[in-house]
Amino acid sequence: MRRSLFYGFLMVLAVLAISGTAGITAQTAVEPIPKAAEQVSEPGVDYITTLFVFMLATFVGLDVIRRVSRLLHTPLMSLTNAISAIAVVGSILIAGREHASFRFNILGMIAIAASVTNIVSGFLLTDRMLKMFKKREGSKA
Amino acid sequence: MNTWIHIVYLIATALFIFSLKWMNSPETARRAVFAGVAAMLLAVIGTLIDPTIITPHYKWIALAVVIGTVLGVPLSMVPLTAVPQRTALSHSFGGLAAGLVGVAEFYLSFTEPGLELSHFRTAALCAEVLLGFLTFTGSLMAAGKLQEIIPTRPITYKGQNVINLSLLGVALLGSIVLTIDVNYTFIFPIIIVLALVFGVLLIMPIGGADMPTVISILNSYAGLSAVAMGFVMNNKLLITAGALDGSSGLILSIIMCKAMNRSFANVLFGAFGRVEAVAAEATKKTVKSATPEEAAQIMEQANTVVIVPGYGMAVAQAQHRVRELYDQLTKRGIAVKFAIHPVAGRMPGHMNVLLAEANIPYTDLVEMENINPEMPQVDVVLVVGANDVVNPAARTNKNSPIYGMPIIEADKAKTVLAIKRTMNPGFAGIENELYYADKTLMVFGDAKAVIGNMVKYLSSEGNH
Repeated sequence: MRRSLFYGFLMVLAVLAISGTAGITAQTAVEPIPKAAEQVSEPGVDYITTLFVFMLATFVGLDVIRRVSRLLHTPLMSLTNAISAIAVVGSILIAGREHASFRFNILGMIAIAASVTNIVSGFLLTDRMLKMFKKREGSKA
Repeated sequence: MNTWIHIVYLIATALFIFSLKWMNSPETARRAVFAGVAAMLLAVIGTLIDPTIITPHYKWIALAVVIGTVLGVPLSMVPLTAVPQRTALSHSFGGLAAGLVGVAEFYLSFTEPGLELSHFRTAALCAEVLLGFLTFTGSLMAAGKLQEIIPTRPITYKGQNVINLSLLGVALLGSIVLTIDVNYTFIFPIIIVLALVFGVLLIMPIGGADMPTVISILNSYAGLSAVAMGFVMNNKLLITAGALDGSSGLILSIIMCKAMNRSFANVLFGAFGRVEAVAAEATKKTVKSATPEEAAQIMEQANTVVIVPGYGMAVAQAQHRVRELYDQLTKRGIAVKFAIHPVAGRMPGHMNVLLAEANIPYTDLVEMENINPEMPQVDVVLVVGANDVVNPAARTNKNSPIYGMPIIEADKAKTVLAIKRTMNPGFAGIENELYYADKTLMVFGDAKAVIGNMVKYLSSEGNH
């Protein structure tokens, strides 16, 4: 499984590279005239922390998933479907806040509906499938 | 107030990790679902108490939740043969949600104080909409192919890879420019359109048998788009949960690729299914065939029978008949095992779920690596709707497109029974030597009907 770790690393490196270049340009790029939106350079600390969280979560994820029984790969996928519907958090924030135009709230609501569909169907389907996995009947009797 | 939200998110993260950890064995797996549900509830509650949400909007949130539930419940009740399509559809919903939130975030950043885009957040936003929208259309295409609304055959044309890669290149270039100066707002919708188109084009050349890998990759992308959303919103729960999903998809795709002896790039750009098939060697080889009753007699005499299921079993809906056959044989004291190839079916683990649904104990489902050493001692192998995964050419024929792919070594067993509709070569038009071997008997017909006849014979035998 060394290869999977390698891929994990690649992923992290890619993100680091993107944000690294972004960070560098943040310091070097001189913005001539402040336009409609002025790009703010955040104090570096904040995004470094989030990158750390991402990296550690990826390592934990790779290690935990590696141990998942092959029997259960289909339920695993529907479970992670439901988990990735965590996007519901962002969707609720967009839909719930007050914006200049209600159009943004509608985008948020569609996103909530899509995520909740995944949450509901993902967990129900996973449970339905897992109920089917039984040992040999002899062990019951 | 804010600290409470963080604590709730922290607990939710831990529960998500436990949830995945408990998937390591069927005995603890149902706990995994409870942990996952609890984590998700905490995440939603933690978000709803966010002070920036204004009270009159709760009714809109509730409405959206109701719509999602109404859509979600029927989607959870699909027959198990349709689970791959459902999964692909669900990836596309995930991508859509991430993409739409990204769009809202982008345009809000120009009007709302505190949401201004730093370079880092712009880069993350571009990643979010790119991954989100390409997953959206890509997964819709995959679902369409699996449901056979769109032809499952790979659609290829000249210069396909060049077009696809340059589309992606332009989208990435646009993202970089936007990251450097966010005021080039006109680039943003272009990135969205490119991502939508790229998703379609990426899946078009991919054939049915590559679906397990593609679904896994899209699973990973759906998770990574949630991670990107977390970067944009500076929300650590989004990052952790998204990363768990992303790594899950990654590991599954690696397993699938290994099981086919191919690389990611080869799956995505290789158009495996293209029938450049080694123009079927004109030599007409002879096959031996048997009736279902004769086949049943052979199995009756055996001590050990290994059944190799493939996608054909799912298509014929034959899993319940297989269960009856399993019952008849085990009743006679014959040891029956199932040999599961990692890429059998249309998504990872597809065969296991179908057989579990038919009430076959999971302890009799054996992985390829574990069954192969036992093969020389096996009396009878029964191949049900599998083809490439038992093709010895993968071991012997260097010119075969599947050379090097690990297979279930059915050819090493004493006798092979293969159920097949016709002698037409299967996916990718690859001839299967196994069918012409001396020890092989072909049983022609629809898998469900053939196994039904075997069961009928065996059960009438039992009554005499």
